[in-house]
Amino acid sequence: MSTQHSRTAARFMIAPATVLLLGWMLIPLCMTLYYSFRRYRLLTPDRTGWVGFRNYENFLTNPAFMDALTNTLALVLGVLIITVVLGVLLAILLDQPMFGQGIVRILVIAPFFVMPTVSALVWKNMFMNPVNGLFAYAAKAVGLQPYDFLSQAPLLSIIGIVSWQWLPFATLILLTAIQSLDSEQMEAAEMDGASPLSRFWFITLPHLSRAITVVILIQTIFLLSIFAEILVTTNGGPGTASTNLTYLVYAESLLNYDVGEGSAGGVIAIILANIVAIFLMRMIGKNLDA
Amino acid sequence: MARAVTQKRKLIATLAAWTIGMAIFFPILWTIITSFKTEAEAIADPPSLFWFDWTLENYNVVNERSNYPLHFMNSVIISLGSTLLGLIIAVPAAWSMAFVPGKRTKDVLMWMLSTKMLPPVGVLIPIYLISRDLGVLDSRLALVVILTLINLPIIVWMLYTYFKEIPGEILEAARMDGATLKSEILYVLTPMAVPGIASTVLLNIILAWNEAFWTLNLTAAKSAPLTAFIASYSSPEGLFYAKLSAASTMAIAPILIMGWFSQKQLVRGLTFGAVK
Amino acid sequence: MKTTFRGLLGATALCTVAGIASAETLTIATVNNGDMVRMQGLASEFEAQNPGIELEWVTLEENILRQRVTTDIATNGGQYDVMTIGTYEVPIWGAQDWLLSLNDLPAEWDADDILPAIRGGLTVDGELYAAPFYGESSMVMYREDLMAAAGLEMPEAPTWEFIRDAAAAMTDRDNEVYGICLRGKAGWGENMAFLTAMNNSFGGKWFDEEWNAQFDGEAWSNTLNFYIDMMNESGPPGASNNGFNENLTLFQTGKCGMWIDATVAASFVSNPDDSQVADSVGYALAPDNGLGRRGNWLWAWSLAIPAGTDSPDAAKAFVQWATSKEYTALVAANEGWANVPPGTRTSLYENENYVDVPFAQMTLDSINSADPTNPSVDPVPYTGVQFVAIPEFQGIATAVGQQFSAALAGTTSVEDALANAQALTTNEMEDAGY
Repeated sequence: MSTQHSRTAARFMIAPATVLLLGWMLIPLCMTLYYSFRRYRLLTPDRTGWVGFRNYENFLTNPAFMDALTNTLALVLGVLIITVVLGVLLAILLDQPMFGQGIVRILVIAPFFVMPTVSALVWKNMFMNPVNGLFAYAAKAVGLQPYDFLSQAPLLSIIGIVSWQWLPFATLILLTAIQSLDSEQMEAAEMDGASPLSRFWFITLPHLSRAITVVILIQTIFLLSIFAEILVTTNGGPGTASTNLTYLVYAESLLNYDVGEGSAGGVIAIILANIVAIFLMRMIGKNLDA
Repeated sequence: MARAVTQKRKLIATLAAWTIGMAIFFPILWTIITSFKTEAEAIADPPSLFWFDWTLENYNVVNERSNYPLHFMNSVIISLGSTLLGLIIAVPAAWSMAFVPGKRTKDVLMWMLSTKMLPPVGVLIPIYLISRDLGVLDSRLALVVILTLINLPIIVWMLYTYFKEIPGEILEAARMDGATLKSEILYVLTPMAVPGIASTVLLNIILAWNEAFWTLNLTAAKSAPLTAFIASYSSPEGLFYAKLSAASTMAIAPILIMGWFSQKQLVRGLTFGAVK
Repeated sequence: MKTTFRGLLGATALCTVAGIASAETLTIATVNNGDMVRMQGLASEFEAQNPGIELEWVTLEENILRQRVTTDIATNGGQYDVMTIGTYEVPIWGAQDWLLSLNDLPAEWDADDILPAIRGGLTVDGELYAAPFYGESSMVMYREDLMAAAGLEMPEAPTWEFIRDAAAAMTDRDNEVYGICLRGKAGWGENMAFLTAMNNSFGGKWFDEEWNAQFDGEAWSNTLNFYIDMMNESGPPGASNNGFNENLTLFQTGKCGMWIDATVAASFVSNPDDSQVADSVGYALAPDNGLGRRGNWLWAWSLAIPAGTDSPDAAKAFVQWATSKEYTALVAANEGWANVPPGTRTSLYENENYVDVPFAQMTLDSINSADPTNPSVDPVPYTGVQFVAIPEFQGIATAVGQQFSAALAGTTSVEDALANAQALTTNEMEDAGY
């Protein structure tokens, strides 16, 4: 179909985006690589020099590193599971005939518009605070001891907050997918006496697989670099209980002002993110015919 | 009989959906309500939902302390600017990927997406140094460019999935009629892609509006958007729940209202090609 | 490459200079504390007096502010003309020549009036590098009514022993009254400020004279055990996430019997508009163990001018105005004497209008009893009461603070927390070349 002419034109049109992204990726990456082999502390800028792999060694042997790695995975997987499962259920519910569907949809998508910093501040102070938070009031009202979410279960609390932000996104994509489901097929299955559960399992779920793939892919991209929510709520603590890789790199470069080690951490994070990316693309890229 | 069952089902669905919807929306509602309380009422035990003396005091305090119009305008300029710039770069790229796919197209697309997985903190200092040397620290231009680059992969991908849905035969027909490449894009492709472009634009405005890492780290006074405005209310000395709520409401209200008004357009296109 | 950028930058700068009129714009970075916000409100006075100078404000939460201004000054970003920094930053930045010396401020500004302890902390090699905006130490704030109900009387200068017993006696968990509220949130300026100062009164220190970390010593073990036992016995839930602000809210809503924290908190807890317990707050010196050091710290939020500023004269004019006696009088006229920025000038404490403020004398006594050059019982190689004025301290103390915060939350044992603290401090210090 395409001629040589349009092929050249196509290259020409794709070039700006590719070149810009390549530049955006390579220039900082090269600088980060450079700094990762140097001693560069913001507060003692006079003492510089090559340090070989010292920065990498320090970052990798930091006891916080393994915690950060598992926390990153837990955060991504936890939010994915919650948003996909609840998203499917919510999408099916919203697909039912009901009164005021439009308004319900407005209510459900609202969290997606809220800035991460704002939602973290609101959840931390006005809901999860063990003394003045609304959950504490609720617990006291029914005679329970208020639960201290952010110190007893910091990672779970953050997973909850992040899930609240991303559930609308998952629900919307899944809802659009459900609405495109062939209703004749569903009715035929109903006539054949298939139970609602088996209809869900054998018709709805397979139909949703592409949409679920998309949700997983997009959300993973954003969840790998979750930062604001952690900074605002727990500062990565207590201890390192809620430190993810992004936060650890932040702590090294902007709390310790050790740009060298922070850069080494950045390079490691980039490598790990690319491993996840390749893994993701392999696993679900096929499903996408993109 | 059958009708009665449907009616009952509809009622149950309505009840369930409204309950869940209200629960999801409640934190936002609670923030808005709290913004009209005094600081003492904001932490009163037991908390009051509606029955308190509504006051605009917090909004006055916030307005007095911060230059809200400036932050608001910066947010508008940065999010619109980066979306527009992104669109200009992404439309041609997505077009050629969708209609003149090569062997590498899929790889290029996936590579573009993978650039979004890089942790921004890892490259903050390099970007800060480059911005300093270019003299663009605390300028809207720098933020527009950076947010464009950050969101470009998403824009390209979204547009690509819409363009792919457009049947190639239509384009070929247009070409037969002697349409040039330019008119092909302008008069044939664009009208068909408007819903997709609209939802891409909306999603990107939302993402840019809420971006809180670069906007906070590369700005000072002149170009600081609403994300920086919020940072000055996050944990001051003294009681602050009511003031924080007022500032939060002011920061999220514009995007929330825009989102609600345009949700039909947003939802229609928010499929990333997942719907066949 | 860099020179090209610079050249371009220079050209652009020239155009800008030619393009706009002579009005100078000062960009001021401040922390969102009450006194600073008040100053921002009153700054129109300054602009009226100096028609050629326009002020732009960047008001940020403390941790974000610190990160922003440090990044900016260390990379010579030049985004700010005046920065709000503390007694920790000033000696380090001054030694790097990152700040303009303020020795040439005019005589009427009266540098000799500044409290000696504060002035000493802001001076490097005889050069004053920052002007103190407000100074603070720490002290005990307590509820007189609860203390009386427990049948106890707070001495002027309590011991840690007394504080622990009183806290237990005042605690009434069913009614959400907790005997003692202390900082637990990880951070070198949060829990570590408190614990380092407390450790001084337990005879401990961060480093011995050869810069060896001391977390394996008895003093730190005693300090941390005492702190955690007392907090578990009489502290509020969620203490490991409580910083200054969270504790302030707790105290103001009547949920704390005692609170040991910054002296500036006194003006908040005694203000009837914000505090439900305003009429029953008493003050006492920070506790000790009879070893000659009290567990109080010394801090001053100060205004400094980065060496790279474009408008040194305008910046100096502003710093001079904001830290002058006239500014104090301006605040007093507008908002009353209880709201003037405390803790920087001797003349304030000699002012007969100010001596009536209930916490004035206790604040002055607390500040005077802190000695940043000689903080511990034993001699140490560093200055700083609740910090160690070396660049590496922030990072080390924040990491140590996370360990101690985890120990308070109960996720780590005290022994493990101390062992980890010792290991990571030793490692960082070796790495830094001490």
